Amino acid sequence: MSLDSKTVAHIATLARIRVPESDLPGLAQELTGIMAWIEQLNEVDTKGVQPMSGVLARDLPRRADVVNDGGNPDKVLANAPEPAHGFFTVPKVIE
Amino acid sequence: MNDMTNNKNLIEGRTGMWEMVLGLEVHAQVISKSKLFSGAATAFGAEPNTQVSLVDAAFPGMLPVINEVCIEQAVKTGLGLNAQINLRSVFDRKNYFYADLPAGYQISQYLDPIVGKGTIILDLPGGEHREVGITRLHLEQDAGKSLHDQHPSKTYVDLNRAGVALMEIVSEPDMRSSDEAAAYLKKLRSILRYLGTCDGNMDEGSMRCDVNVSVRKPGDGLGTRCEIKNVNSIRYVAQAIEYEARRQIEILEEGGSIKQETRLWDPGKGVTRSMRSKEHAHDYRYFPDPDLLPLNLDPKWVDGLKAGLPELPDAKRQRFIKEFGLSDYDAGVLVAEKESAAFYEAAAKGRDPKLTANWITSELFGKLNAAGLDITESPVSAAAVGELVGLISDNTISGRIAKDVFAEMFETGKGAAEIVEAKGLKQVLDTGAIDAEIDKVMAANVDKVAEYKAGKDKLLGFFVGQVMKAMGGKANPAMLNERLRAKLSA
Amino acid sequence: MSELTHLTIAAALDGLAAKKFSARELTEAHLAAMAKHKNLNAYITETPEIALKQADASDQRRAGGKAGALEGIPLGIKDLFCTEGVLTTAGSHILDGFRPTYESTVTRNLFDAGAVMLGKLNLDEFAMGSSNKTSYYGNVINPWKRRGDETDLVPGGSSGGSSAAVAARIAMAATGTDTGGSIRQPAALTGTVGIKPTYGRCSRWGIVAFASSLDQAGPIARSVEDCAIMLGAMSGHDPKDSTSVEMPVPDFRKALTGDIRGLKVGIPKEYRVDGMSQEIDALWARGAEWLKAQGAELREISLPHTKYALPTYYIIAPAEASSNLARYDGVRFGLRVPGNSLDEMYELTRAAGFGKEVKRRIMIGTYVLSAGYYDAYYLQAQRIRALILRDFTDAFKDVDVILTPSTPSAAFGFNENEGDPVQMYLQDVFTVTVNLAGLPGISVPAGLDANGLPLGLQLIGRAFDEETLLRSAQVLERAANFTALPAGV
Repeated sequence: MSLDSKTVAHIATLARIRVPESDLPGLAQELTGIMAWIEQLNEVDTKGVQPMSGVLARDLPRRADVVNDGGNPDKVLANAPEPAHGFFTVPKVIE
Repeated sequence: MNDMTNNKNLIEGRTGMWEMVLGLEVHAQVISKSKLFSGAATAFGAEPNTQVSLVDAAFPGMLPVINEVCIEQAVKTGLGLNAQINLRSVFDRKNYFYADLPAGYQISQYLDPIVGKGTIILDLPGGEHREVGITRLHLEQDAGKSLHDQHPSKTYVDLNRAGVALMEIVSEPDMRSSDEAAAYLKKLRSILRYLGTCDGNMDEGSMRCDVNVSVRKPGDGLGTRCEIKNVNSIRYVAQAIEYEARRQIEILEEGGSIKQETRLWDPGKGVTRSMRSKEHAHDYRYFPDPDLLPLNLDPKWVDGLKAGLPELPDAKRQRFIKEFGLSDYDAGVLVAEKESAAFYEAAAKGRDPKLTANWITSELFGKLNAAGLDITESPVSAAAVGELVGLISDNTISGRIAKDVFAEMFETGKGAAEIVEAKGLKQVLDTGAIDAEIDKVMAANVDKVAEYKAGKDKLLGFFVGQVMKAMGGKANPAMLNERLRAKLSA
Repeated sequence: MSELTHLTIAAALDGLAAKKFSARELTEAHLAAMAKHKNLNAYITETPEIALKQADASDQRRAGGKAGALEGIPLGIKDLFCTEGVLTTAGSHILDGFRPTYESTVTRNLFDAGAVMLGKLNLDEFAMGSSNKTSYYGNVINPWKRRGDETDLVPGGSSGGSSAAVAARIAMAATGTDTGGSIRQPAALTGTVGIKPTYGRCSRWGIVAFASSLDQAGPIARSVEDCAIMLGAMSGHDPKDSTSVEMPVPDFRKALTGDIRGLKVGIPKEYRVDGMSQEIDALWARGAEWLKAQGAELREISLPHTKYALPTYYIIAPAEASSNLARYDGVRFGLRVPGNSLDEMYELTRAAGFGKEVKRRIMIGTYVLSAGYYDAYYLQAQRIRALILRDFTDAFKDVDVILTPSTPSAAFGFNENEGDPVQMYLQDVFTVTVNLAGLPGISVPAGLDANGLPLGLQLIGRAFDEETLLRSAQVLERAANFTALPAGV
């Protein structure tokens, strides 16, 4: 699998990481190298094997429906870069 | 799908008839005290960021723990939609960046939803019923709220709603008209309210609707669809569908093609427009959330929930028809809201069920509507309506008088018997008293009596009116008619 | 009082109990040592005020007859654990100025047990690395040097600050986290002991996530016994973490009986990898003999999918990381680089905030999850992960623990293993299988290489059988009798 600059630019957009145009070819080459190494997984026969997303074979623990959190906007906003009037703020979005 | 084509639903275009194909995605907010994966409150209308846990705000190291009530509500809803309950479901992450999505992913269910295929029966205008397929129902987190109009260059973000449990309920593309879409929403809302799993309040956003609209020539395959977001009332759903279908037909008739896209309903202008923020195609990179485990349900627990479900609107409608002899229409009107059905049953206890239904669907609903009240706010109680119906049934008052009595009941909250007693509105059933009044009226209108006898039958009404007037409306109408006829013909 | 910093936790607890010294004195000795070893750059944030306050409080508790399991023990905390009111960076620029308003469950447990926090330890950015070279806060220097060579060496990673601090005696023990080897590999490279417990043993709540299905906290200390004490205090069920297991925490220290007679030790043939040095091979054989001499039974076993573990890991971990790190977006905490639009703000913030290796892994993770590649990469990796677990499950039908080398080499220089990222990834070749299978693994210092650098051996145990693992590790530790010290410590 060879990744070209266009693909890398697309991934960077999906990941919201600005990559300067000039860095794309180098990054593409690096990622291609890593992916080439990963390709060896294709030689494993996994027919009939259930994919495993975690090691715990247990029931999902459940919480009782009680309100025991929230109510502390100061804590929530304490680390915010530019809070205003109790809100987080971001550059204006046009929908 | 051709079997769903109904000629009266077709839209006429320049090049012939068109058919719309509609599918609805409803986001119904689960009724629960706390959020799907955190202990923050879900109440509507709180000050910004006051109902936010650090889990909801996706602080580093924060982890989700699922709310058991939300699971129960989703399963109940699935059962209410006659749907397959999946005993194993999986929570996935749907990855995308947006200001009101703190984690950069929404915890949702993708390949393995908690509820699979089901059905819903639409009650259409004209008394027709039609089945629409439910594709699936899954649990997911709501996003926060972005406010775009508070500052010239900034969007404000409030995370109170972030993490609240939603049920996304997806229909099959089975609907063919805006009426059907409206009927679908009404019925779904009714079922959710009966179940107590969602309050169905579209104004507060606890039920939101995205509509998938495409058009085609009858008999053709499916056309390219557009998804319309932000349609927050049943009326707007109908308007948005009509607008969007017309827009697509115009494009197609001019030789253009439909671009698959997300469009936003602008209720002010009554149009749909392309959503800028959704311009580039999404790649959500779903994968199972490693912070959670698959959700396994105990079949016995599901059976227990099923056994405990309340009677739902379709079953209730059937029972009202069978048990009370109501028309399908009246039964449908009464069961549309759980509260009105309960009101009716309470009022009809020991009374004439059909008469009770008439009084509720015409008089009471009419007055409530005019006053902008709903049934739970009715100034007249179910028992009071029953009492009034009783007075009519046992001939204590006439139907005509009853209307006046009811008006006063609605106005003052007083009981029917009390008003009848106080105002002396009891019906006169004494033939002697009625005869005496008839005699007086005939004596005073000798000329008219002659005309009647000469064949002017229409004058019967005049005599009825005169006698009623003289008796303050209290004469039993049937008796009065009978006595008048006898005397005039004598 | 420099001898105080050389004590094990077990010895220090005895000394404190016998009133030979106070927690304050013990803490002050460590603060003084920290000042002397600043060149190692092991700490990102030192918290002497907190430490002294905690030490005084500890002395008071002890005077009042209430001593916890770690009463008065000064520790370093890997800067991946959120600590209330104290800068928490994950070694990344993107968490600039972030002071959590909450305490991670593991650090809360440690403080509840009486521990003292000396500061927050350096690490690879977001725990991604095997050399501690990816930290925004600079390299950590391994206190060990090659004989007759002043070249600075890496302390391993990602818990490089933890391993360096424990080796340099500027923390009695430290917390670490291990996603692919991040506790065991740095422990091996610094002559310390590091255990990654079974997945689910320690709560992940409040630990900055790297790869949620693999991350697990554990201690780095200077003896197996100290690891047992630390692990006991760190572990326990946490209702705030859905993957934390509701199981009683055994008294790990009690498990250290020194008796491994009849223990069956598996030697996996697939761990004899290409290019492995003669020295490591010999050390491994020696380790096996030590265990055998104590009554264990050796068995060759096969873990056939071992060679696929690293590439599997390099799909799963970046995939999860790409999603876990999406929250660093400049909106609610940390760095924000202004932009004219929301997307521009995101892109500039994340470009400036993440380092090269983190970006690389986010990109790989995004790619393998993206439309059209999910099945070929992510799903295939999940299936191979199942096969790797099956290998272990089968092996543990016949053996009680598995013995392997910890790392393919001793500590290396900062310019070695450069250039090709895959070369660096190979550092975790022996450790990563354990994370994929969720098993407990421990690295014990077992000897020095020809250059005088420490080498470690790894033992792998059954899920939730840390007791057998620690017991065998202590027997190995005693046989190895590793007493060497880095120069200048």
